[in-house]
Amino acid sequence: MRYGLIALIPFGIVLAIFAILKFEHPPIDSTQLGFRGTGIVQVDNPRTEAALAKLNQPPESYGPTEPGGPLASEVYENVRVLGHLTEDEFLSYMASITEWVSPEQGCGYCHNEENLAEEGLYTKTVSRRMMQMTQTINADWGAHVGGAGVNCYTCHRGQNVPAYYFVEDDLQPEAGGFSASRNNQNFAADENVYSSLPYDALDKQLTQDDVLIRVQSDNALPYFGEDLVPIQDAETTYSLMMSMSQGLGVNCTYCHNTRAFSNWEQSHPARLVAWHGIEMAQHLNAEYLAPLASELPEHRLGPKGDAPKAKCATCHQGIPKPMYGADMVSDHPKALTQRAE
Amino acid sequence: MAMLDFEKKYRVRGGTLLGGDLFDFWVGPFYVGFFGVVGAFFTILGTVLIIYGAAIGPTWNLWQINIAPPDLSYGLALAPMAEGGLWQIITICAIGSFGCWALREVEISRKLGMGLHVPFAFSVAIFAYVSLVVIRPVLMGAWGHGFPYGIMSHLDWVSNVGYQYLHFHYNPAHMIAVSFFFTTSLALALHGALVLSATNPGKGKAVKTAEHENAFFRDAIGYSIGPLGIHRLGLFLALAAVFFSAVCIVISGPFWTAGWPEWWTWWLDLPVWGKGYELG
Repeated sequence: MRYGLIALIPFGIVLAIFAILKFEHPPIDSTQLGFRGTGIVQVDNPRTEAALAKLNQPPESYGPTEPGGPLASEVYENVRVLGHLTEDEFLSYMASITEWVSPEQGCGYCHNEENLAEEGLYTKTVSRRMMQMTQTINADWGAHVGGAGVNCYTCHRGQNVPAYYFVEDDLQPEAGGFSASRNNQNFAADENVYSSLPYDALDKQLTQDDVLIRVQSDNALPYFGEDLVPIQDAETTYSLMMSMSQGLGVNCTYCHNTRAFSNWEQSHPARLVAWHGIEMAQHLNAEYLAPLASELPEHRLGPKGDAPKAKCATCHQGIPKPMYGADMVSDHPKALTQRAE
Repeated sequence: MAMLDFEKKYRVRGGTLLGGDLFDFWVGPFYVGFFGVVGAFFTILGTVLIIYGAAIGPTWNLWQINIAPPDLSYGLALAPMAEGGLWQIITICAIGSFGCWALREVEISRKLGMGLHVPFAFSVAIFAYVSLVVIRPVLMGAWGHGFPYGIMSHLDWVSNVGYQYLHFHYNPAHMIAVSFFFTTSLALALHGALVLSATNPGKGKAVKTAEHENAFFRDAIGYSIGPLGIHRLGLFLALAAVFFSAVCIVISGPFWTAGWPEWWTWWLDLPVWGKGYELG
């Protein structure tokens, strides 16, 4: 017994080394976001921030296209969502999309290069839908994307599929029957940022329009009335908030004064932008991304057969404003912000 | 306060660290000494400054009076009085008066020829305070990282600073500190109950001794730490609780900037797991 315990010491030392190596070190950066002394402060590691800054540079800008010339819809066949562009604007936008989404495969990733107007490749159907989604974001969701706007590169970053998205996971199959349910909790995953919170928060709260995520009780006493919000819902909301923090690289105090999470008067103005962001993600997933499941081939779908959907990290990729707020629409204003008649 | 007749016997000259015989006197039951005088200065100045801070603040509501540290933009420099300078001077007064209290305890211990366990224990509490208002702010580069002096305001600070790291219960040192606090309570409760049970056997029965106390725990758990050992254990548990509390806040920020749950990915990243976890 006694020698058995001594034999555990080397294992303890090895574990301690792994744990200690995980820590960061000063100097660190901090940004005050509230009144002094309230602890409403964003804390960052400047080394990590520098690495993120390299990863989050906007694509090269070629400037807007010269106006004038015939419309793309008059020159080409089968132009459905970009017909309102001039031919020059249309070609410039197509070239940019290739650079943003399929720089290696080129035009052939979406088009039959023998006949560009032909339908047939699923990527063409999907990218057309994505163009409509981008137009919707820039036209209708100014409350979230502000003047910066978004283009394909905001999420894609030169890859066919954006690096960050979510699908319904099947991480923890349950036995069923009378066996206990774990409510998808106590399982460290990206989705719950390695906490014990449920990992299906995004599936529950970010895939349909108008899902209420606010769970703060306005009653000091236990309440069992009609509009009771069960504590599991609070766990789900906290899990969504963790995912949000992770996606934006910020802590809870970036938006909230935690003495009263629900109180708007005491919250940082960023919370309003974030609120519109949640509404936007719900809408985009419900309207544009989830329905693509029927178009996508199996290897693009999640283990349960649903389409990849957007979470905060899809655009933000670890920083509070995607591309640090760089203007993403001025090169192609008509293609990105106006819908075809 | 009346003095017991034998107490005079212990009121001996000497043992001072500073000031020789000059301050080696008592006021009523209280030993003064050099550190009593200096400590009183810091205490009175600090308290007056807190009252002044309340006077120039928006409220006299005892719960809401708030002496806040400077904006982070002042870094480690001095700030104007009404914008955190008061907090800085009050912090100096607090550390001065706590330090004097500890050194006065040293002088009293030396007079009595005792060990320095009491001032040592109190020093750990001072260390915890200094961790919050000096060590961590210096490591993070601004006095503004200290906590505000106010009943409600310091609680709000605790809440927000906890949420700076998303879920503070995943802080490993916080876990250890909380475990020590609980264990301290358990040990104190068991010790108190044991002593009272031995000294209160029931009307008309003889009071029991340490042998009974030892026998109780040997019967119950196979081991008794003993009448001296329980106090060593108690001191260790209490000081360890405070020490790890100080560690848990000093590592939050200077040595970890993300959410605490994420820190534990070192465990998920150990190169021994077959499959299942993909972090990124």
